[in-house]
Amino acid sequence: MKNTNNFNRRSFLKSSALAGGGLLLSFNWFTEAKAAEVMILPADWSELTGYIKITPDNVIKILCPNPEFGQNVMTSLPMIIAEELDVDWSEVKVEMGPHDNVKLGPQFTGGSNSVRMYWKPLREAGAAARQMLCQAAAKTWNVPVNEITTKAGVLYHLNGKSAKYGEMASLAASLKVPQGMVLKTPKDFSIVNKSKKNIEGQKVVTGKPLFGIDYHVDGMLIAMIQHPPAFGMKLKSFDASQALKMPGIKDVFSIKLYDEDFVQGGFDTRTFNEMIAVVGNSTWEVMNARKKLKAQWEASGDSKNIVNGRGGKTEVVVPGRLETSSNQMQMMAEYAKMPAKELRKDGDPEAAFKNAATIIERTYNAPFLAHNCMEPMNFFAHVQEDKALVAGPIQAPGWMEPTLASILKLPPEKIEIQMTRMGGGFGRRAYAQYAYEVARISQKMKAPVKLIYSREDDMTYGIYRPMYTATYRAALDANKKLIGFHVIGGGIPESPIHANRFPAGAVDNYLAESWEIPTNITIGAFRAPRSNFNAAAEQSFLDEVAEAMGKDPIELRLEMLKRAKENPVGKNNEYDAERYAAVLELVKEKSGWGKSENGKYNRGVAAYFCHNSYAAHVVDMVTRDGEPYVEQVTSAIDCGIVINPDAAINMVQGAVVDGIGQSFYGGMTFKDGKADHNNFNTYRMIRHNEAPKSIDVHFVQNEIDPTGLGEPPFPPVFGAVANALYKNTGKRHYNQPFMKGDGGEV
Amino acid sequence: MAKYKLKINGKVKEVEADPTTPMLWVLRDTLNMPGTKYGCGIAMCGACTIHLNGMAVRSCQMLVSSIGNQEVTTIEGLSENATHPVQKAWLEHDVAQCGYCQSGQIMSAAALLKNNPNPSDEDIEASMSGNICRCGTYLRIKEAIKTAAKK
Ligand code: FES
Ligand code: FES
Repeated sequence: MKNTNNFNRRSFLKSSALAGGGLLLSFNWFTEAKAAEVMILPADWSELTGYIKITPDNVIKILCPNPEFGQNVMTSLPMIIAEELDVDWSEVKVEMGPHDNVKLGPQFTGGSNSVRMYWKPLREAGAAARQMLCQAAAKTWNVPVNEITTKAGVLYHLNGKSAKYGEMASLAASLKVPQGMVLKTPKDFSIVNKSKKNIEGQKVVTGKPLFGIDYHVDGMLIAMIQHPPAFGMKLKSFDASQALKMPGIKDVFSIKLYDEDFVQGGFDTRTFNEMIAVVGNSTWEVMNARKKLKAQWEASGDSKNIVNGRGGKTEVVVPGRLETSSNQMQMMAEYAKMPAKELRKDGDPEAAFKNAATIIERTYNAPFLAHNCMEPMNFFAHVQEDKALVAGPIQAPGWMEPTLASILKLPPEKIEIQMTRMGGGFGRRAYAQYAYEVARISQKMKAPVKLIYSREDDMTYGIYRPMYTATYRAALDANKKLIGFHVIGGGIPESPIHANRFPAGAVDNYLAESWEIPTNITIGAFRAPRSNFNAAAEQSFLDEVAEAMGKDPIELRLEMLKRAKENPVGKNNEYDAERYAAVLELVKEKSGWGKSENGKYNRGVAAYFCHNSYAAHVVDMVTRDGEPYVEQVTSAIDCGIVINPDAAINMVQGAVVDGIGQSFYGGMTFKDGKADHNNFNTYRMIRHNEAPKSIDVHFVQNEIDPTGLGEPPFPPVFGAVANALYKNTGKRHYNQPFMKGDGGEV
Repeated sequence: MAKYKLKINGKVKEVEADPTTPMLWVLRDTLNMPGTKYGCGIAMCGACTIHLNGMAVRSCQMLVSSIGNQEVTTIEGLSENATHPVQKAWLEHDVAQCGYCQSGQIMSAAALLKNNPNPSDEDIEASMSGNICRCGTYLRIKEAIKTAAKK
C-alpha cells in the first residue's frame, strides 16, 4: 500500500509497541538488499522494511513478505527470521504479510530473488529482536545483559531466572534498536538448513480456501471477459441482448483497460485494450451467457504505445499483422542473416573462423510457451468511490499498484492489495492485466466482483515465453583446439542472448550478436527467461563440439572453465568458473558418469548458470514402448546455503520434470493471430507416467550466502534432454519441442 | 433452475441450480466449498476430482442432475483434520509445491487405494496420469501413495 521514494540510506531499525503491548520490529531494507544485476526493478526503488510480532501471551508471529507460488517462501523466509530470533519453530505462527513496500520490502516473487534478497535483512531483524528481549530481561531482573542467554523462545539468567519472550516483549519494544548485530555462523544454525514442512501443507491437503480463485465475500459477483479471438484483432461491435436474457446475468458491457494517454510500465501488457465483460451470479451462468454473445471483431492495425522502461519513456510501435507461426519461422531465418547488434567481442573472431580447419555451425529454434499455471488467472476487486480492495494471485504487487492507481484514479494508499497463495506463477503472474480488468468491472458494477479466466482464456490470452532462435558456430584449428566461438540469436519479440555468460571468458575469440522482431503477441517472463532457451541451444551445441573434438562433454566443459578461471578472456564474465566447474564435478561423481554399470542408459549432460546459482544434470534416457523416456536424473546444484533442504529438493525435482515436459511437448503456435491450442487436450503437459522414476538431487555444501533456486535448475534440463536424445535416437534435435506430432512444433 | 438434495460428505445439502450445472460449480459457487478445483473444465487435468460412491470422477463433467442419491465426497470431507492415510502421507512427504492440483491428486489417490490397496508403480502411473501437476511433484505423489498403502 505504502511506497516511498525517500529511502533512508542510514541503516536503522525501529520498534514500536503494538496496541495491547508486544513488540513490533521494523528495519531498513534498502541498505541491506542490493538490487540484483539480473533483476528488472522499477526506477523508484523504495525504502524497504519487515517485521516480527510478539504478543504478551507469547504468540510469535512472523509475516512473510513475499507472495507464495509454490517456491515455499512462506516457510523459508520466516525460517530465516526464526533462526536468529532463537525461537521454537513449531511455535511460530506464519502469516502472509499485507502489501506494504515500506515495511516489507520489494515483495516481489520472481527472478529467484526472494531468499537471496531477504537473507541478510531477515537475519538482522531476528537478531536485533532477540537482543532487545535480552535487554528487557536484564532491566527487569536488574542484571547485566551479558548474563542473559536465550534458548527456543525463553530468556535465562545465570542465577536461574527465566521468562518467555512474550513476558518481555512490551518492554523490549520500548528500547532502542541495537545496530550491527553479530549474526550466527552457519555451524550454529538450528532451523536454517534443517528441513521444515510446508507451513500451509495441512491447509493444502484439506482443501482450505487458499487461492485467489477461492476468494469469497458475500454478495460477490462473478465476471468473465471475452477477448478478441486473435492477436491483432480488436472489438468492432457487439450485441449482448441474448446474453443478457440468460439466467443469473447482471450485466454485459465492454471495458477499456487503459486510457489513450496511458504510460505503460515494464510489467503492463497491452494485449487487448477493449474486451466484453459478462457479469452474473455464478461461474456456470456466466460461462453459458458468454456463448450467446454476438461480437464483431476487426483488424486492429498498428498501434503506438508509450512505454516507460529502463531507458526512460519511449514510443513503441506494435505491428498489427495477424501472425502465423510458419511465417514467423521464416521471418526469423531471414533476420538471422541480416547484420545484427554486437553484444560482445573478444579477440579476433573473424580471423579465427577464417583460419579454422573445421567450423561447426548449428541453428536451434524454440516456440512460444504458454505458462499454463494450474490455477487459471483470476482476481477479486471491490472498487468504491474513494478506495479499493483487490485480492488474488499476483507475483509483483508493487508493480501492479501504480497501474491500478492510474486506472482507478485513486491514490495508491487508498488501494489495499491482498496477496493470496498462487496456484503456480512461473512468471505469468508478474503481469496483472487480469487485476486491472476486474478493477474496471467492479468500478462499473459498483459491487465486489471476482473475475475468472476459463482455461481457454488463460491459454489463448497469454503472456507467452517468446519464440527464439540462435545460430552457434565453433572454429577448431587443425589440432581440434577450440579457437573461436560465435553466437547470433534473436527472437519474437526479444533476443535470448546473455553475452557475458559461459562460454564467454573461456574462448580467445568470441562474438555474441542479437536481433529482434516486434510482434503483437504478448510475451513475458517464463521460468528463467531467455536462459531456458540458451541452456538448451548452447549446451546441445557444446555437446556437438565435444564430439567433434573427440572429447568427453564434461571434460571439455571443465577444461574451458579451468581456462576461464585461471586466465579469463575479456571482462564482465558473469559467472564464477570455479563454482560452475564444481557442479559439473559433483554431477559427474554422483551420476557415475562414464561407469560401465550405467551402460543401459543413453546419457546426456548439461550445466548452466543463471539467477546467481549453478546447476548441472545428467539425464538417463531409455526407449520405452518405442518412445524416448527419461528414466532417471542426477542433479547437482550450488545455490549457497540451502534454507530448507527437503523443500529445495522438491523444487529441483519439479524443475526437472517441468524441463522434460516443456522440451518434449511444450509449444504454442498461431494461425492468423489465433492461438492453435486452448486447453490440455491439445496442449500437451507432462504427466505422471512420463516423469522420471528418480531424480537424485545433490547440493554443493558451502557457507556462501544463499542465492536463487526456483529458476536455475530449469534451463539445463533442456540441454541434458537434447544430448540424451541424441544418444538415444542417433539424431540431433535442433527444434523444440523434441517430440513431433504432439503439438507445439512449427 | 431446479432443486436437488445432494448427499455431500455425509450431510444432505439442498441446492437450487440449472440441471446442466457441473458439480464442480455447484460445489465451488453454490455451496462455497472451494477445495475442489477448476483446471480445465474438459476432463483433462483432474483438479476437480471428487468421489461418487467412492469412485473418482471429474466433477467438471458431472451434471448436478445426474447425481441423484449417490454419495459425493470432496476433499473437505475426506477426513476430519487431515487424518486420512493419503493426507497423512502427503504431509509426511511434503508433496505440495503450489498445492493447486493436490486436492484432485489426493482424491484420485484415495480412490485408487480403496480399490487397489497395494498398487504397483504401473498401477499408480495408470490411475494418476489424468491428474496434471504443473509444478512437477509426480515423484513425491508416487512415494506418498506407497506410504499411504502401507498404513
Ligand atoms: S477441471 Fe475437471 S478435469 Fe480439469
Ligand atoms: S503442486 Fe502446483 S500444480 Fe501440483
